[in-house]
Amino acid sequence: MSDRVFALSDGNSFYCSCERVFDPRLEGRPVIVLSNNDGCAVARTPEAKALGIEMGAPWFKIRKLCEANGVVARSSNYVLYGDMSRRMNEIYRAHAQDVEVYSIDESFLDFTGIVEPAAHARAMRHTVRQWTGIPTCVGLGPTRVLAKAANHLAKKRPVLDGVCDLTSAGARDALLPQLAIEDVWGVGRASAGKLRAIGVNTAADLRGLDARVARQLLTVTGERLVREMNGVLCQELEIEPPGRKGIAVTRSFGAPITRLDEMLEATALYATRAGEKLRRHGMLAHQMQVFFHTSRFADGPGRSVSGVATMLEATSDTLELVRAASAATRRLWQPGYRYAKAGIIMEDLVTPAQAPRSLLTLMDPRREALMTAMDAVNSRFGRGALSPAQSGVRRAWAVRADMRSPAYTTRLSETPIATA
Amino acid sequence: MSALKQELVPLMGRPLCAGFPSPADDYVEEALDPARLIVTNPASTFMWRVVGRSMIGMGINDGDYAVVDRSLTPKADDVVVAIIDGLPSAKRVIRLRGGRLALDFANPEMGPLILDEASEAMIWGVVTWSLTPHRPAPR
Repeated sequence: MSDRVFALSDGNSFYCSCERVFDPRLEGRPVIVLSNNDGCAVARTPEAKALGIEMGAPWFKIRKLCEANGVVARSSNYVLYGDMSRRMNEIYRAHAQDVEVYSIDESFLDFTGIVEPAAHARAMRHTVRQWTGIPTCVGLGPTRVLAKAANHLAKKRPVLDGVCDLTSAGARDALLPQLAIEDVWGVGRASAGKLRAIGVNTAADLRGLDARVARQLLTVTGERLVREMNGVLCQELEIEPPGRKGIAVTRSFGAPITRLDEMLEATALYATRAGEKLRRHGMLAHQMQVFFHTSRFADGPGRSVSGVATMLEATSDTLELVRAASAATRRLWQPGYRYAKAGIIMEDLVTPAQAPRSLLTLMDPRREALMTAMDAVNSRFGRGALSPAQSGVRRAWAVRADMRSPAYTTRLSETPIATA
Repeated sequence: MSALKQELVPLMGRPLCAGFPSPADDYVEEALDPARLIVTNPASTFMWRVVGRSMIGMGINDGDYAVVDRSLTPKADDVVVAIIDGLPSAKRVIRLRGGRLALDFANPEMGPLILDEASEAMIWGVVTWSLTPHRPAPR
């Protein structure tokens, strides 16, 4: 049995809560946030759930219902959500020895050695609420799987007041029978069906499942799931070693792309964004993967391609990245399809010290100054104020976000306003 | 114009010394960063803009930026961003007889602030600094 303590903390209806912090009129009202391009609902407050709005419900299907019931719908504002997430993780780091940022609104924390973890979790939750305005739930357990299960219980049972502690065997025996198998982390709908067929209906039942049967039904992941549900630690926190991670910029288009010049604009813009990210982290890339594909849901012929473009030397220079992205795009392009999404992925990033030096310095040293100037202009006047002309000016394909709130916390020109 | 430019002395950055190293090199301190003076708790600090004249008594002018720290507990004489019936506004915290805290304007020509009984007021955060541009950047 693990004597470790893990916490999983996540924001309640996180995107909606971020919107409410800066627009308090939304308090108590049903709110939903839509995916990129205002496609479907990706976050819902309890008031919106009570109206029967499902996760992933397409906007065009629920629009009437929303208008009739005073539901406030917002386009997703990832600039805001990302900044609020950063603030929450800063608070987590002051409360835990290690933090694994699992997703934009969920983090695993290492609470091992803390004398009263539940009280600590309550204090942390209170601080996050006061400092950022975001309500959270915290689950505690001796493994990540149990922490995740505890978090789910904390969400579903208001009596727990936002914190569920499964660190004791007694609490696990009492509460795990109340967690349906579908709600266990990593159990998909298909697996849940197979498990129910052999009488495994709850998280508690899963603990008694034979390891071999688990492996048969759910592969190796399932075996590990059963062990972690029994309190046996199988996976430590995954703390990103700074400097090893990759960068991805991928986006669905607002309108399908059918022409090469538009695709070149899109990939050039993504390369520009990727360059900004690289420079912000002080990293260099020597190759990138470029991909684009048609929509799985649309009629018409489908195509999905990807290719690798190599830079002359490891770089974070936007113009070099755009050049590489454009070359790959031309190589991969084939007309006659309605492309719905494209992206750029860069892995194996290096720091300037790790980058192999070429004998001749290929890059004009003034280019670094140009990049610094470009970042300064964009941070002052808003993203995209200054970008390579190749990334387009018209951008007929750009993401649709008709109902997006301001970048309240990151742009001086968009700060919230208090009347006096 | 070009003569003027040449006389400008760089404020930051290390000039190259071809001969002797600078005796100041051993006494280098980090450049002064005003942000660290103004933002003591980055996780809980947000920038707001104040629009209106009801806070001029506290030195906050129409159009000033307000630095708001949510981690602080409001006390009498603080300036706060308050949410009154869902709308954010800058207000001064006053102590009423009996010790209860209440909100008011800070402009001799206005007030006192009288809230409807049905009104709901809550404090969003405490204003720790206000920034008045004395030479606004050309727009």
